[in-house]
Amino acid sequence: MKHFTRLVRPYIVWMVLIVVLPLLLIVLYSFTTGGNELVNIRFTLDNFKKIGEPIYFDVFKKSMLLGIVSVLICLVFGYTLAYMITKYSEKAQNFLILLVTIPMWINTLLRTYAWISILSDNGLLNRLLVLLGLEPATMMYTDAAVMLGLVSDMLPFMVIPIHTSIRKIDKSLIEASHDLGAGNFQTFWQVIFKMSIPGVINGVMMTFLLSISTFVIPKLLGGGQYMLIGNLIETQFISVGNWNFGSAISILLTLLIVIGISLMKKFDREEKEENG
Amino acid sequence: MKDAFIELKGLTKNFDSQQVLKGIDLTIYRNEFLTLLGPSGCGKTTTLRMIAGFEEPSGGEILFDGVDISKVPAYKREVNTVFQKYALFPFLNVFDNVAFGLKIKKMDKTVIEHKCMRMIELMGLKGFEKRDVSSLSGGQQQRVAIARALVNEPKVLLLDEPLGALDAKLRKEMQTELKRIQKEVGITFIFVTHDQEEALSMSDTVVVMNEGIIQQVGSPEDIYNEPENRFVASFIGDSNIIEAVMKKDLLVSFDGFDFDCVDKGFKDNENVEVVIRPEDIDLVKPEEAKLKGTVKTITFKGVHHEIIVETGNRDYLIHTTDYFEPGLEVGIRFGPDDIHVMYRMDWE
Repeated sequence: MKHFTRLVRPYIVWMVLIVVLPLLLIVLYSFTTGGNELVNIRFTLDNFKKIGEPIYFDVFKKSMLLGIVSVLICLVFGYTLAYMITKYSEKAQNFLILLVTIPMWINTLLRTYAWISILSDNGLLNRLLVLLGLEPATMMYTDAAVMLGLVSDMLPFMVIPIHTSIRKIDKSLIEASHDLGAGNFQTFWQVIFKMSIPGVINGVMMTFLLSISTFVIPKLLGGGQYMLIGNLIETQFISVGNWNFGSAISILLTLLIVIGISLMKKFDREEKEENG
Repeated sequence: MKDAFIELKGLTKNFDSQQVLKGIDLTIYRNEFLTLLGPSGCGKTTTLRMIAGFEEPSGGEILFDGVDISKVPAYKREVNTVFQKYALFPFLNVFDNVAFGLKIKKMDKTVIEHKCMRMIELMGLKGFEKRDVSSLSGGQQQRVAIARALVNEPKVLLLDEPLGALDAKLRKEMQTELKRIQKEVGITFIFVTHDQEEALSMSDTVVVMNEGIIQQVGSPEDIYNEPENRFVASFIGDSNIIEAVMKKDLLVSFDGFDFDCVDKGFKDNENVEVVIRPEDIDLVKPEEAKLKGTVKTITFKGVHHEIIVETGNRDYLIHTTDYFEPGLEVGIRFGPDDIHVMYRMDWE
């Protein structure tokens, strides 16, 4: 075994170079001023104080709200879809899950451009509306467009863990529920939903991560004025050139995500302990 | 006792193109302990699942007090099931598992509390109410499963090989326990098993099934002492099954000798099969019996020795408490009422 552990070493070096080092740099930047010149750095907390200013704080609030709402929408649609898929034969289920995952093989950017060609003023949807004799509508650069893009992007991450957890449920538990007098509706809420909670937690965790750190989708579907945390970080690094402030926002976002995940994990563990 | 309660009439079931039940006719009486016994794949579990409502019959009727219920969904039937692997809800504790059915029926809280606690006590689970079901032993989980079913006061309790997952000692205990519970609650139990000993020791009526057909219905004594065919004889206990000819009433011939027996009603010179239970055979000195042979093997089985005696025609299986040296010449002796004559089966 000792022999093989040596094989890991190049990988560790690689990890340090491309993950740990940049992270440490971001931490360093976030607590300093003076831009990119590492020679005359000064430690400060001003970058974090700046996040408290109303314009930036609003971006955080908006991002959180959008994240929560999009996760909830995703949960409703994702759960329904996952549950419906489990009603099919094993073979059909594998095929349907494959269909759900296919969009994940395509780059987010391309998928978002596809939405643009559907939603834009003379896009597919509006042409269809005109054909049906209806008024064309402006759909691009609205909250709804961003939401649509987000939800469609996140859906597979919600469907797969929920589907797995429903599929794993022992059929005899469902029979036992029917046997004890519960109809289909009661069996769903009393047994199937409760047994699928671990899958729901995983799905919510993953989609929340995606929604809160996104910047491509709001930028393309929401337009330039649409500011979320992801976009804020992007502009600070690319347009404004204030790497220190950008780093501070990144660190705060990372902290929020870590706190979120550990809360979920804790909830999940308590659930498991309760069930044994 | 002789009060017909559940009637199965010409019940069939096809899975894809395979027919697993080929027409079951059976009358189940009120308050009886009935066992469906047979090897795996004989259709016993399918029969039970159709009574429970988990499978729909392909043909035939299931009558409850004369009313056909084969189209009634499971949750509306007055039966409850104890599942093979218990199927307890892992997210509920012992009490909530037991209370599941009553809560679904929206019963009053105090009534639920009262009924569940009484049932938990009856099952000897007092003090375990708040425990997680996964922290219980197999036997305790089994009791929770029975309590969860019985608390609904069903007219019939269905048990699908409920003791299969328990070890030998616990099985014995639960057999006695189940019989006691059935007497105490006074309802019909329909029990499915492949274990013949379990079936014989618990049941009022045993239904032996094979390949989707009922082979014999009777009391445990009837099934053991008067099997109707080779399948029943070989499935229930050890036996010597011998092809024979019924010369006339009370006289059967096999292995070159005529033997007096107590069976009649066969045609003269009809081909039959004879079953002799290994414990009904005595080994004596060669000159004291018609059949002679040599002891081939002797195996100690605890209470008795299992001896195989080789004769010119066949090997005989004998259970006796005495010891016989391998190679010893012996006589094989049995009385007229130790011989049981059966119709010969066409197949096999």
